[in-house]
Amino acid sequence: MIRFMIDGIREMFRGPREYWLWLIFLSAIVAYGGWQYWQQLVNGLVVTGMSDQVSWGFYIANFAFLVGIAAAAVLLVIPAYIFHREDIKHVVLVGEGMAVAAVTMSMLFVIVDLGRPDRLWHMIPVIGRFNWPISLLAWDVVVLFGYLVLNLAIPFYLLYNRYRGKEPSLRSYFPWVVLAMFWAISIHTVTAFLFSANPARPFWHTALLGPRFIASAFASGPALIIITLQIVRKVTDYTVSQSVIKTLALIMTVAMQINLFFVGAELFTDFYNEGAHAASIHYLFLGLGGFDSLQPWIWFALSLNVVALVILMINPLRERALTLNIACVMAFVGIWIEKGMGLVIPGFVPTPLGEIFEYVPTWIELSVAAAIWAFGILMFTLLAKAVIAIEQGRLRLQKSDANGYSL
Amino acid sequence: MGAAKPAEEEDKVDKARRGFLKGLGLGGAAAASPAWGGQTFGDAWADFFQKHYQQMTREEIQETLERIERKAEQRYGVAIDCQDTPPQEGVVFGYAINISRCKGYRDCVTGCVRENNLGRDSQVQYIRVLQMDRGDSNLENSEHYYDPAEVPVEGKYYLPVQCMQCDDPPCVKACPVEATWMEPDGIVVVDYDWCIGCRYCMTACPYWARHFNWTDPEIPAEEMNPDTHYLGNRPRPRGVVEKCHFCIQRTRKGRQPACQEACPTGARIFGNLLDPDSEIRYVLANKQVFRLKEDLGTEPKFWYYSD
Repeated sequence: MIRFMIDGIREMFRGPREYWLWLIFLSAIVAYGGWQYWQQLVNGLVVTGMSDQVSWGFYIANFAFLVGIAAAAVLLVIPAYIFHREDIKHVVLVGEGMAVAAVTMSMLFVIVDLGRPDRLWHMIPVIGRFNWPISLLAWDVVVLFGYLVLNLAIPFYLLYNRYRGKEPSLRSYFPWVVLAMFWAISIHTVTAFLFSANPARPFWHTALLGPRFIASAFASGPALIIITLQIVRKVTDYTVSQSVIKTLALIMTVAMQINLFFVGAELFTDFYNEGAHAASIHYLFLGLGGFDSLQPWIWFALSLNVVALVILMINPLRERALTLNIACVMAFVGIWIEKGMGLVIPGFVPTPLGEIFEYVPTWIELSVAAAIWAFGILMFTLLAKAVIAIEQGRLRLQKSDANGYSL
Repeated sequence: MGAAKPAEEEDKVDKARRGFLKGLGLGGAAAASPAWGGQTFGDAWADFFQKHYQQMTREEIQETLERIERKAEQRYGVAIDCQDTPPQEGVVFGYAINISRCKGYRDCVTGCVRENNLGRDSQVQYIRVLQMDRGDSNLENSEHYYDPAEVPVEGKYYLPVQCMQCDDPPCVKACPVEATWMEPDGIVVVDYDWCIGCRYCMTACPYWARHFNWTDPEIPAEEMNPDTHYLGNRPRPRGVVEKCHFCIQRTRKGRQPACQEACPTGARIFGNLLDPDSEIRYVLANKQVFRLKEDLGTEPKFWYYSD
């Protein structure tokens, strides 16, 4: 076991110059953002753009989005294990590596948002006081942490067996795979409920929020996986069958259709009879009381999503790598805006007392966020590097080593 | 922020503490606690491992209260008295405001700020008085920062809003670490030493009653109110949420809340909801009262009425 870990870690830091430059580039961003986070710790959250009026900002926006990316790994897991698609099974571990990175990032985004990260231990059951099952935030901690463990444990088991040249026993890991599937849906549903559980915030207080979260996750997730798999195919000797990308593109198309339908349903309900309920959505799309800083962003996001959907719905365009990639980037960015800032900020505008106060993230927030993204990408790179080496059979337990270790 | 404050004595023990915490990988703790300034290793240690208020023994509470007094002395140069007066039997507090008497002077706001040691720089205020157009009760049309030469302004009326001490408080449900709860006398309190600063309670509150210490609350020494309560107006650290607590340090000793005392028009009625002879019960029985956002089902213990 220790041998496996050491070999894996060694593999992570072995590579050509370009690989090292990539790692250094990401580490530099992490270091810069880490230093900015230090400033935030020293001076308090006053260095962010947040206020009593808009008390959550860019951090929580990224958190909500990334939970969706993490959940979307299930779109590889289901076809791989339930429909026995061998082509997808071949890349499923890459997808789970992405889930690990995404769920870690989302947890980091919550931690950097805390006013007292030194008191994080208050959440640990028994020594702290964990308000579960009442608090939705407690639920979110449980499901995110569980998802992280599942997505580490299953690949670990599979890879460890492969490393030892053994065939993993389906019977021992399949139940966990099934659990992970339901768990994936749960993490994003609970994250949606975290918002929709608040009657104080009419903008979020809709039963559609959960379904919307899942739909947008299943559009933005595959978009990222499609691009990542192509990069993996290009920079490594790992084979990624085109049929995988085709399937993901199809899922993404349907998910984006549903997502835009949900957006339309929301717009109709709020705007047809414009009650007090509609103030936030009015602020988001049209501006309110002369404040409209999110307006250009949401229209931009909506346009990106619509154009992406048009590309995806035209068969020849979806099949061509270039146009498909354009659609993926558009959908990814579009949904990042729509369900990041576009979802979180209007919940606070106007305030429950009707005050309109705008929020703009500060440089510190942007750099800390960049650092977390870079950290996630770095994590994924390292995980994928080791996974591919084991999957390709390059990394195997040496027979001579085996004698020295009881496994 | 360290530079902005007067140089604090950093004895060797304190430096050792920082080095030690760093060694433990608790950089966050070391960084977040200079709010209290040069405290001893023992105090820092006790701070970090302090238990939830409801889980402390009598002795532990006593030690904590003494530590709070020490820290206030170090930080603000004021000797404060920090108590934790328990709730009285058979008392549940309620509030009512006569909006036809409120003239928008905001003396309640000033009285509250002084009584409750609210951060002057950070400008936290528990009470917000909304200026409304007569004939309109839509909060979205309210004026929060009205500043005319003279109040009341013709054609306007005034609606003071603060924590409603809901009987089914959504903020309490939201807190992931049970750092906020409802006391037996109906007051929703915060353990400032347990709050992790996630601000989910602020998101959950329909009355915008919760406020966050984005920075260190600064209070001039001469304006510090030394009569404090653990769950009330004692000095707060940075990075935690606070809110109106019906002046728990006063009301549990039978005094009026500061906002009621400050109000020059007598618009504010405070008292024991369980006492059938109390003024608040008279108001509830004889006036046409309403509550804000009653449809949300939070059961505020805060009513409005007019003559």
